[in-house]
Amino acid sequence: MRRALSRLLPYVRESRRAFIIGVGCIFVASVMQLASPWVLKYAIDGLISGASRGCLAGYALAMLGLAVVDGGFRYLMRKHLIGASRTIEYALRNDYFAHLQRLPLGYFQSTRTGDLMSRATNDLSAVRMMIGPAVMYFASTALGFVIALAVMFSIDARLAWIALLPMPIVSVATRYFGKAIHDRFERIQAQLADMSAVVQESLSGVRVVRAYRQEDTEIARFRRSNDEYVARNRGLIRLQAAFYPSLTFCFGVSSLIVLWMGGRDVMAGTMTLGSFVAFLRYLVMLSWPMIAFGWVINIAQRGLASWGRMIEILDTAPAIDDRDARPDALADGVKGDVEFRQLSFRYPPRAGEGADDAAPMLADISCTIAAGQTVAIIGPTGSGKSTLVQLLPRLHDPAPGTLFVDGIDVREIPLARLRGAIGVVPQEPFLFSDSLAGNILFGFDPVRDRARVDAAAHAAGLDADLSSFPDGYQTVVGERGITLSGGQKQRTAIARAVAADPRILILDDALSAVDTQTEETILRRLREVRRGRTCLIVAHRISTVRDADMILVLDSGRVVERGTHDELVRRAGLYARMDQQQRLEDELAAS
Amino acid sequence: MSGPQDDVIGKAYDARLMRRLLVYLRPHLPAVAVAFVVIVAGALVELAQPWLTQRAIDTYIAQKDVDGLRWIATVFFGLLVANFVFEYVQTVVMQTIGQKIMRAIRLEVYGHLQKLDLAFYDRNPVGRMMTRVTTDVDALNDLFASGVVTVFGDVLALVGIITAMLWMNWRLALVAFVVLPGILAATQWFRTNVRESYRQVRGLVAKINAFLQEHLTGMSTVQLFRQESNAFERFDRINRDHRDANIASIFYYALFYPIIETMAALSAALIIWIGGGWAGDGVVSIGVLVAFLQYARRFFQPISDLSEKFNILQAAMAASERIFTVLDTPVAITNPTNPPHPNPTRPVIEFDHVWFSYVDADGEPQWVLKDVSFVVQPGQRIGIVGATGSGKTTILSLLMRFYDVQRGRILVDGVDIREMDLAMLRGTFGLVLQDVHLFAGSVASNIRLGRDDIADEAVAAAARAVHADAFIGRLSQGYATEVAERGATLSVGQKQLLSFARALAFEPRVLVLDEATSSVDTATEALIEDALKVMMQHRTVVAIAHRLSTIQDMDRILVLHKGELRESGTHQELLALRGLYFRLYELSRVRENIGS
Repeated sequence: MRRALSRLLPYVRESRRAFIIGVGCIFVASVMQLASPWVLKYAIDGLISGASRGCLAGYALAMLGLAVVDGGFRYLMRKHLIGASRTIEYALRNDYFAHLQRLPLGYFQSTRTGDLMSRATNDLSAVRMMIGPAVMYFASTALGFVIALAVMFSIDARLAWIALLPMPIVSVATRYFGKAIHDRFERIQAQLADMSAVVQESLSGVRVVRAYRQEDTEIARFRRSNDEYVARNRGLIRLQAAFYPSLTFCFGVSSLIVLWMGGRDVMAGTMTLGSFVAFLRYLVMLSWPMIAFGWVINIAQRGLASWGRMIEILDTAPAIDDRDARPDALADGVKGDVEFRQLSFRYPPRAGEGADDAAPMLADISCTIAAGQTVAIIGPTGSGKSTLVQLLPRLHDPAPGTLFVDGIDVREIPLARLRGAIGVVPQEPFLFSDSLAGNILFGFDPVRDRARVDAAAHAAGLDADLSSFPDGYQTVVGERGITLSGGQKQRTAIARAVAADPRILILDDALSAVDTQTEETILRRLREVRRGRTCLIVAHRISTVRDADMILVLDSGRVVERGTHDELVRRAGLYARMDQQQRLEDELAAS
Repeated sequence: MSGPQDDVIGKAYDARLMRRLLVYLRPHLPAVAVAFVVIVAGALVELAQPWLTQRAIDTYIAQKDVDGLRWIATVFFGLLVANFVFEYVQTVVMQTIGQKIMRAIRLEVYGHLQKLDLAFYDRNPVGRMMTRVTTDVDALNDLFASGVVTVFGDVLALVGIITAMLWMNWRLALVAFVVLPGILAATQWFRTNVRESYRQVRGLVAKINAFLQEHLTGMSTVQLFRQESNAFERFDRINRDHRDANIASIFYYALFYPIIETMAALSAALIIWIGGGWAGDGVVSIGVLVAFLQYARRFFQPISDLSEKFNILQAAMAASERIFTVLDTPVAITNPTNPPHPNPTRPVIEFDHVWFSYVDADGEPQWVLKDVSFVVQPGQRIGIVGATGSGKTTILSLLMRFYDVQRGRILVDGVDIREMDLAMLRGTFGLVLQDVHLFAGSVASNIRLGRDDIADEAVAAAARAVHADAFIGRLSQGYATEVAERGATLSVGQKQLLSFARALAFEPRVLVLDEATSSVDTATEALIEDALKVMMQHRTVVAIAHRLSTIQDMDRILVLHKGELRESGTHQELLALRGLYFRLYELSRVRENIGS
């Protein structure tokens, strides 16, 4: 816990001025607030002894003045302390995102996005509650508590002791109820998740439900979950219903003690009526700190737990970085030679799996590609084609000494330089909710460069669809803009890679969603782009790879055949069979 | 998850919606009456305390009457207990009503969802419907639990305080009321601004979420194009806006609470100054002054509560609008009132010039099936083959009456299925789909589903027949083993075998099968193939087939192509045609070659 808190310290230090001012304001405000009943005491005693109107007006003005000064300082307190917590929240969220940006692809494949998001929102919000409101309420209640206590004891120590008897119960009760309420709330949330799962399961399996006439069974199942949800809620209701009235009851008992014992003191003349009224007022003021203490502890606990969850992510070391890089490697630019040297690769085992459980994705791959060559990689689903090309820009890390660009191990090339030389069109193209032009120029120049967009879009065959975009290339993609077809997305991603003007172009099954005719157009236009660039094409279709300089046929992570299209067809192996299948499919589609 | 219409914030009060919502309150009227009584009683108890203080000071302390003081203390204690009880009962009763109403609405929505047809689910994502059943219903809770009835409580408390003060001393009361307009105005100002700034903050939180969702999903694209700093700058901007909006909203909170405190102090100061002067003249007693000081601090709570009800109402209206939209969706596929009797002499299934299109839009429909006719006699095994998108699966969906045909008709046992009892129609068929859907529950319950009349032996027999018993026997608790979420712990092949067992256990007259294409290991493949053979014995079968072995033994094979029935006959007859079937057959042989 201390370690966790010390991680938070630098952020707090940044805002220490605000914290100091804020706590200072609390001090002044608390003194003002607690002086007010004191004035009341003199006013009432003055009334009894028949003070003048002018004197009463003085008291009244003093009370008003105290409230105004108190309010002013509370205003400043909130501004500084809550403001600081917002500033820290902002810094933490930025740091969190910046850290995520350094984590490799494998991390995002093994972690749920929803989980990462909830830490940036829910958990962060709990952390902020801990450093903002919790600190503020703690400081203000602690100060208020101490001062009120001191004043009450100075008025009548004996009465103070007795009147305060029920008070610790309040703090303990807040703490106990707070925890119990929290636990029951968690149980309700769990049941809500269960109920959602029932709905999700039944609605997504709607065909089976209908076909097997399970509607009534499903309704009964839902009814059970629904009933349990309501039952758990009612458990919480009873707890909450008892909680607040029991606090009121405790304060009431304290007031009752003062009324009874203080009243007798007033009768006996050992206490003035003013002191008596002021004493009652102080008691009311004490009730809030008593509730707040239990509350602050709960917030702090939740905040700490959340902060622990965030640290978990912040402490994940980036698996792929520049630790082996030589700053001067390929400093004069990249030519585009690529070499795989007896490369084997397996994904890191997931939690719960042994190291040997996962079969190697790639085994003993060797291949030399000269700058400017086009190499195609083809093979059945799951044969490791995508993994192979993902290693080149180090989306996954290859073993040292197995993958080289211009004769230098990719691990020794600074990551930015390596990736800067490579343009990738991924299997599932990812577009951001930005304009088409913004998505295409994404990897290049933030200044909109029309000619470059046009050229890249032309090469990718996207220009054919230009008329269907209401604002041309300025049309915004996604949610509030237009929804692109799979083929349009792929072509946009191709345009993006082309616009980046890379030395090495990787098309990872990038033409799977376009029809054969469009594919032909794109391939023809890309021929121009490919000139002078190294190009790796992963494909399912023979038509995509036909005119590559070399074709690698991958099966179960191994290169089983290699050569040009004509050579491979003659060999009558796997490639030839795939070729035959393709022709049959084409015939069938045409008939 | 949810459609854009979910964000719309509508008006706070809609009489039509409100009337419909209040109907749900009707079964709980006795409980509402109890709550009402308790709220009134609670408000009176709250009022009594300052008055008791006044009595204690003026009557007993001033006259040094210890017995009187003891009496007051006893009453005071009694009120404390009563207050506890009233508050407890009120919370329990009102919240319970809220929960019960929500339970009823959820069940109603869910029951309706179970009646809606497949076309509805094609249009509405499951996530959105989940929101209707859960989040939207929850938004109604506040309305019933703390909205409708407690409004009376708040009004009553306010009226009570004002009345008590006027009754004790109307002149001093008027003095104390000077701050009321101020409190009202400040509360109104605060609520309006906070609501607006809350709306802004919520919009920015949604932006942060959207940005994170997008960039975490597309992180590798960001990294490949070295856009980290660019993306970070954009994130920083949203994050900064979020911070600034929040800091701006601090202003309202920071100002509001001191203003209310100052108002209370002003009221107290006036009571001391003016009331104190009158006390000197003997017009008011000291006790009344003290009681007034206590009452004046209690103005604020009911006013604040009342203004909060506005938000509750607004959220409830928006949510109920969405819920009622679902409830008002007509059920397109309904049960006929007078189903005719089946004719056993007719074929089991007849497709009679069937045309079908999924989109019922204006203009020319996109026909998925065009003029398809065929007949299935009892005991016949029919295979359907065709390329992807040829309309094979649609035939099965129509047969089950997941959708209604646009032209032509489908007869089962000589009866148009639109005139047939739905349960009877669907009970005729045992459907096996490509994607196996498993439910949370045990292996056995996934086979028998809700049919408790299927005995354990029958479940086991079905599993044995399709060779599922071997792997079930290896599970930790056999048939009682819980299936993890969506069958995550089972392999694809095992799930298929389970769905076979399910179909067999229901002993359908006609087996309707959409054979899965997904690849499984060779051992399981052999099991599945054999299980298919077993299932098809002595049974009427309509199967979409992919495997050569399944196709060849069929009594008749229908070849679908682009929505039309192009060829029909036995395996040998179709091969001899050297047409579409011949090529499909070739293709599947090549495919199997590559696979092995």
